[in-house]
Amino acid sequence: MDPQAAKMIGAGIACIGMGGAGVGVGTIFGHYLAAALRNPSAAQGQFGNLIFGFAVTEALGIFSLLIALLLLFAL
Amino acid sequence: MASDPIHQFEIHSIVPIAKIGGVEIHFTNSALFMVITVAITALLLLGTTGSRRLVPTRMQSLAEMSYEFVANTLRNTAGEEGMKFFPLVFSLFMFILVLNVMGIIPYTFTVTSHIIITVALALLVFFTVIVYGFWKNGLRFFKLFVPSGIPIYILPLVTFIEVLSFLSRPVSHSVRLFANMLAGHITLKVFGGFVTMLGALGFLGWLGAVLPLGLTVALTALELLVAFLQAYVFAILTCIYLNDAIHPGH
Repeated sequence: MDPQAAKMIGAGIACIGMGGAGVGVGTIFGHYLAAALRNPSAAQGQFGNLIFGFAVTEALGIFSLLIALLLLFAL
Repeated sequence: MASDPIHQFEIHSIVPIAKIGGVEIHFTNSALFMVITVAITALLLLGTTGSRRLVPTRMQSLAEMSYEFVANTLRNTAGEEGMKFFPLVFSLFMFILVLNVMGIIPYTFTVTSHIIITVALALLVFFTVIVYGFWKNGLRFFKLFVPSGIPIYILPLVTFIEVLSFLSRPVSHSVRLFANMLAGHITLKVFGGFVTMLGALGFLGWLGAVLPLGLTVALTALELLVAFLQAYVFAILTCIYLNDAIHPGH
């Protein structure tokens, strides 16, 4: 196989990992919303935790994007 | 291809400044937008708080709101001790926020879509945490990697994971901002490209172009949200990392 083509395919496969991050981020926001509707008065205090959980989860998706970018441009 | 979606990220020289050895130093469009950002932020904060009024004007309350917003975030995550880092966190937040929001305006340049900028900012935070952590706690800073209450037989594994996650912080911290801005702006440009391509087809194309045009407007609104959210995420992660330096140990 042409190495360039293999790189492109590898970058595409690496991006599948971002789907997992999508599931995780959706879970976090979904659960936050469900909990916020049950107890709206406590929702504002947990906003920082929400963003932190979102950021940490998203980081894993970013690592797969990083692999894709490295395959495309750096290696 | 009607328009190259990567073209907007090109850095070009505006004024050449000096040439030292083989290294050329230029005043680029990236530097220009950073200077504009600093000027806007300074004008907003200095110009509106110079004549402090008891009943604030609209701009003064904007400056006060941004202060309160960052101060509350820092106080909630890093405690009262963390307030000595308020200048750092506030500067980072305002710098990134204004850069992000300004980048949405057509024909401007998005400085935060370049990884060299975001890596520099993330490493600044990373080394601040390490230096301050060791300066304040000495060797107790290593307690950060050894959570308490873990059975001894899995402690080496947990410590290894903690060290690894600590070392990958600047990577995720910087790539998050960079990738969000880059991907958002490429998406906007691709949808903008659809509009021009369909519009070139004539009357029927114009009808078809309405949908991507509307979507571009909606995406721009979404990008505005992302621009704010990413600046906030960068600031709150900075607060959390600083909290680790101030209070190590879980």
